Amino acid sequence: MRAACCEATVLGHSVVASDIRLLRVLWPNPGHAPHAGQFFTLRSWGAGEAPFLSRPISVHKWEPETLTVSFLYQIVGKGTEKLAALAEGDIIQLTGPMGNGFDVPAIAQKYQKIALVGGGIGTAPMYQLARELAACGRTPDVFFGFRDEPYCMEQYRSLAGIVKISTDSGRFGFHGFVTQLYDPADYDVVLICGPTPMMKNAARLCAEKGTPCLVSLEKKMACGIGACLGCTIETASGARSVCKDGPVFAGTEVFGWQT
Amino acid sequence: MADLTTNLLGFQMNSPIIGASGTVGYGVEYEDLADFSKIGGISGKGLTLHGQFGNKGERLWETPSGLINSIGLQNPGVQHFIDVELHEMLTLKQQYGTVVIANLGGHSEEEYVEGAALLNDSAVDIIELNISCPNVKQGGMAYGVKADAAGEVVRMVRAVCKKPLMVKLSPQAENIPEMCKAVEAAGADAISLTNTFQACAIDLEKRRPVFDNIFAGLSGPAVRPIALRMVWQAVGAVQIPVVGLGGIATGRDALEFIMAGAAAVQVGAANFANPRAMETIADEMAAWMDAHGVASLEEIRGCAR
Repeated sequence: MRAACCEATVLGHSVVASDIRLLRVLWPNPGHAPHAGQFFTLRSWGAGEAPFLSRPISVHKWEPETLTVSFLYQIVGKGTEKLAALAEGDIIQLTGPMGNGFDVPAIAQKYQKIALVGGGIGTAPMYQLARELAACGRTPDVFFGFRDEPYCMEQYRSLAGIVKISTDSGRFGFHGFVTQLYDPADYDVVLICGPTPMMKNAARLCAEKGTPCLVSLEKKMACGIGACLGCTIETASGARSVCKDGPVFAGTEVFGWQT
Repeated sequence: MADLTTNLLGFQMNSPIIGASGTVGYGVEYEDLADFSKIGGISGKGLTLHGQFGNKGERLWETPSGLINSIGLQNPGVQHFIDVELHEMLTLKQQYGTVVIANLGGHSEEEYVEGAALLNDSAVDIIELNISCPNVKQGGMAYGVKADAAGEVVRMVRAVCKKPLMVKLSPQAENIPEMCKAVEAAGADAISLTNTFQACAIDLEKRRPVFDNIFAGLSGPAVRPIALRMVWQAVGAVQIPVVGLGGIATGRDALEFIMAGAAAVQVGAANFANPRAMETIADEMAAWMDAHGVASLEEIRGCAR
């Protein structure tokens, strides 16, 4: 399904951690309902104002009953700084849903034991993923790594089996890498989103154990719909757009040739 | 309601707004986002004879009021375009009357000629000859700097090309009026300008240029006044239609180019800031014309000269 673009109303905006926000927006477009792993581009400033490009942000939660889409995002630059100023009732330009996302029905049909591996703000799309997996009768195990303080973990209790955390600082959970929390051999598939070095490493460990994995990539984007070719990556099967052909790819497809 | 319909090289367009090559894919990507009944044409992603991956490394970099890109003409090749992407463009044409423009780049004169010959038997309406891509080594912009080199490649393509031929010029041309005259004398049916402006960015943390090619192409509102100056010069230099582009983001911007004498305009980077930019610009043009008692673009085209 192709993306739609409309003015959307902010329903709520809350501080989750010092640089992490949870933005809830009314998406008045049930014909363009998002699924896990897809994203929207957000713009709370005019077309003629900086920054020039809208910001692609993954779907953290989609509630079809209330047409509410939630974005869990990190303030990292000018765009997200402007988003952070949004208050209830404000209007933003929302374009999406974009990207392939995770094909949850196919994943749930094919695999029993599923691990969700997230790193930092890469954990954001994992919540909608866990919800959709649960709706398909799967109870994934969750392994998340954070720099220091974890966030948005409570909500996994009712959806997940094992939930483990690692931190770089050692203040919470295991002191070390998220990939040290689990053995890929224990799972039928591992679904990963986080910083590129972490995903590359996680995908390599999966490949070593013969466990398939899917990774959700991040790239700078201009159009978000496969038109500008600004987010092209080289894959085993040639040039692919992260925005349109991805962001979800088989680990072997994007990292396989490097291992 | 003001009449925006525009005739370009014999093709009747819904409006003077054309989606600029490289920013709108092959049009269909925007089908659910944009109102094509208000869009005159689409210039597809720049093609090369054999297709190519494009540039490695960083491809996008935001600037104040613009964007530097280093895509490097990633494309599936002319034959693949004819077999696949062109059919998608034609569905837009059938449904909305969108004029189909194939943008053709090349690495050598022979490649340009062969590509144009392949397109002869296709359903493409207009060929936009891209002698101005700043992101491809050997070719592309090389022909866009020197008027005699540009004239030569246009002459060779003209000899085989049966389609209306629009030549897209680079702002890096040594002399815009001379370049325009050379291209007209070589048989071009129209001129479009400008392509992106050669630019550079340095990543402070890496202490390296952002782009593998060091230089890349700047577009967006930042370049608009310079592009408008060049369009003004082009209109003064030739008799053939001039299609203006460079940072057009509002109806007022587009009207400036029309008043400078542009036959039509292209909208590029603005599509990234607002996926409905093309129809918004058309609406804003019509609203301004209505408010000022202007019934058609003919009444104001070139009026500022």
